[in-house]
Amino acid sequence: MLVLLAYGIGSEARRAVNPADKVLPAPAQIVETAQRLITQPDKRSGDILFWTDTAASLERLGYGVAIAAGIALVFGLVIGILPIARTMLSPFVNVLSMIPPLAILPILFIMLGLGEVSKVALIAIGITPFLIRDLAQRVAELPPEQIVKAQTLGATSLAIGLRVALPQALPRLLGSLRLSLGPAWLFLIAAEAVAADAGLGYRIFLVRRYLAMDVILTYVIWITLLAFLLDLALRLVSRFAFPWAEEGL
Amino acid sequence: MSFVEVERISQSYGGRPILDRVSTSAEEGEFVSIVGASGCGKSTFLRLLLAQELPTRGRISIAGAPPAREPGPDRGVVFQRYSVFPHMSVRQNLVAASALGANFWGGLFGAKCKAAQKVADDALDRIGLAHVAHAYPSALSGGMQQRLAIAQALMARPKILLLDEPFGALDPGTRITMHAFLMELRAETGMTVFMVTHDLAEGFKLGDRVLVFDKPRWDPADPNAVGATITYDFDARDGGIPFQRLQETTHVPIEL
Repeated sequence: MLVLLAYGIGSEARRAVNPADKVLPAPAQIVETAQRLITQPDKRSGDILFWTDTAASLERLGYGVAIAAGIALVFGLVIGILPIARTMLSPFVNVLSMIPPLAILPILFIMLGLGEVSKVALIAIGITPFLIRDLAQRVAELPPEQIVKAQTLGATSLAIGLRVALPQALPRLLGSLRLSLGPAWLFLIAAEAVAADAGLGYRIFLVRRYLAMDVILTYVIWITLLAFLLDLALRLVSRFAFPWAEEGL
Repeated sequence: MSFVEVERISQSYGGRPILDRVSTSAEEGEFVSIVGASGCGKSTFLRLLLAQELPTRGRISIAGAPPAREPGPDRGVVFQRYSVFPHMSVRQNLVAASALGANFWGGLFGAKCKAAQKVADDALDRIGLAHVAHAYPSALSGGMQQRLAIAQALMARPKILLLDEPFGALDPGTRITMHAFLMELRAETGMTVFMVTHDLAEGFKLGDRVLVFDKPRWDPADPNAVGATITYDFDARDGGIPFQRLQETTHVPIEL
């Protein structure tokens, strides 16, 4: 509330000096712009750009995060359970996670083209190492008593992985996914800013040229809302699917 | 040859001897309590029995089988904590006891799953946890969790049951109920049990024998030079007083 109030005052002050000021548009103007963006189709394509942007971005984000989660689950479990895999793969993953993902964005664009694949790849590459390390850590922290108990019940390593470690790794995976959604959005918007023809990040960087602060602010608020909703959804899924993991992740 | 045969096992970590030439044996159906001061190797001894670790020297053989290289279904175990799977409900924990070892991916389907559930439900009735069958272990009291852990360990029909301070984290009242529960189960199954405990009274109350682990010699210059071994092997039947049963007929009617 205070932030909104401060914005209102700042905006008022600037427009008192220059009524055509574009840097801090009036809240009323933002609402008006938002309404126009959400409801009115683009003159040329006939689509409502706001929604096509949202769909394009969410699709990239979804693929990227899903791929990252899948890879992380497999490698996290293997590294966490098998000591051989730990000694072989763990240093590799650690080094991999040191590479700044944005620095290899040009490589991705060169290798994978400017299409969807490179953007999805950037998101996946950006958050996978973190997810792997977090999951491996969690799996390695399982009490050895549980593993021994499973062994005395006759379980093979695969059975321990599937029936003991995997179910206990899943809520942690959701938890770390929630944490890595922030970086995922960052990579998405960065990739879209560089090369795209649709997407929330693309639109923001496009209208920046016209100093269209009202559009940018609408998009920023929308992205924040989307991120919040995704986080909430993951939290609800976690609570519904894993009621036994009582500690709040 | 005895059911459990321990032959001159020694264990050392990084050159520091923990156990030194421990030899003992136990008959089938015997309840052996293991007591001793902290750090005298009684938990190490249990881990060796469990085959969670391999001894530096010596061998342990159970029911004539060659020494195991890792924990298997012929040994059942209950630890002080973390002995049940937190992500499974009470019933699922018992079903998993049958399912985990059934095949290489550890799951059961169809008729076999039904059968395992039936066995699990029977066990739940017997251990008095049927009313919490669908609760998760975190919602159970410590005593209930340990009861579940013991039942789960017994589901796999192990040859020996190993208990590592199973009642150490329980309050005294619950502990006494658990003693009764354990004795009942034992009378039913005739299981060979090894139990590590800190509580001497508990060891003598439950055990047929009480093994005491201690260092036979104490080197003041280097306290870590000598490993521990079994220093006493008490007969703990009849409340720890041997020969209190009448050994000869006195022809006098006595009331027992």
